[in-house]
Amino acid sequence: MEFRTVLTTCPYCGCGCGLLLEVLDGKLIGTLPSKTSPVNEGKLCVKGWTVHEFVISPNRLTKPLVRQAETFDESSWDRALDLAATRLKEIKGKYGPDSIAVLTSAKCTNEENYLLQKFTRAAIGTNNIDHCARL
Amino acid sequence: MSQKIREHVQKLLAEKKIKGFLGLREENGHIFPHLFCDPEELKHLSSGDKRKPGDARYPLNQILIRLAIEYPQETFAVLIRGCDERGLSELFKWKQLLKERVIPIGIGCPDELAKACECEKPFPDCLVDGPKGEKTDSQKVAHINQMAIEDRLRLWKKEFDRCIKCLGCRNVCPMCFCKQCTLEEANLIDTGEIPPANPSFHLVRAIHMAGRCIDCGLCEEACPAGIPLRTLYKKVADIVSEEFGYKTGFSEDEKSPFNIIEVK
Repeated sequence: MEFRTVLTTCPYCGCGCGLLLEVLDGKLIGTLPSKTSPVNEGKLCVKGWTVHEFVISPNRLTKPLVRQAETFDESSWDRALDLAATRLKEIKGKYGPDSIAVLTSAKCTNEENYLLQKFTRAAIGTNNIDHCARL
Repeated sequence: MSQKIREHVQKLLAEKKIKGFLGLREENGHIFPHLFCDPEELKHLSSGDKRKPGDARYPLNQILIRLAIEYPQETFAVLIRGCDERGLSELFKWKQLLKERVIPIGIGCPDELAKACECEKPFPDCLVDGPKGEKTDSQKVAHINQMAIEDRLRLWKKEFDRCIKCLGCRNVCPMCFCKQCTLEEANLIDTGEIPPANPSFHLVRAIHMAGRCIDCGLCEEACPAGIPLRTLYKKVADIVSEEFGYKTGFSEDEKSPFNIIEVK
């Protein structure tokens, strides 16, 4: 028997509220706001309160999907990443780097956002990098 | 955390009287609920005080219900303050927990916390450590009581107007154990509206707190909009006390006027 709470950061928006995932025998059973997080001091919004629900949702995507004409086909990561790299190279070669824009997310960590702007500027060669919070 | 509590729990675990102790754990500057099954872990035990006394309390009884559902044959010990003991007493009456499967480990609240809570009884009878503090009358309820009825409605409507319907007050509540909740019943409470129907949303919850609320104050602490929910539910408790002569959670033997189950 094991019950513990795992301290983590809410993945929904850029606030970064501290929350506790309640874990009973390895199963996720609930969410509580962290009282000791300096960000949210024991409070959460309706989305934060229900974080555990999407983790265990049967609708959750667990594999990459590649868009075909009308459908999304399940794919391996290797195949999906190869396809993305090939198409980005093709587009950049044909129309130039400024034909590509990258939109990143508040759900990422600072480090992931840094990596993505570095990739956009250094690998693709454009300043077209923005963030979902300005959508 | 006091050595007394640690030793008490250590003994219960060693004698195999409990499967685990549901309490608070402090690690890396954070305090969170934890089920202590290994005596070695008890060095991390916390009473829930971070910057001030009791500012890192959690709904342990709510978690205890989950454990009891999963392990109905096991006995658990649980960290208990005065309010939590009142909660246990009601949860036994409402058949959410079995008294013989729960060993309460009581701590008394320091004066600062008892006063901030305006607590009627800031210590449990199962006191293992901590002070036996005195009752504090609620100034906040007294303030409401001296207001004219229409001013009160105006005040509460203004407070409820800030509600973002996070449902945190219900989610954190150790006494909210219903499987279906009126607050999520679309026929009664319209969906897709912020703030939710004012004042019915909050008054529905307030009415449902009659005979249930044990004045732990976790709802008010969880409210991102700073609505003084504790004052509202204290007032509800006063009405229950005046109208039915019933003080929620203060007696294990007295039948609740809101419960059809007879107490043995």
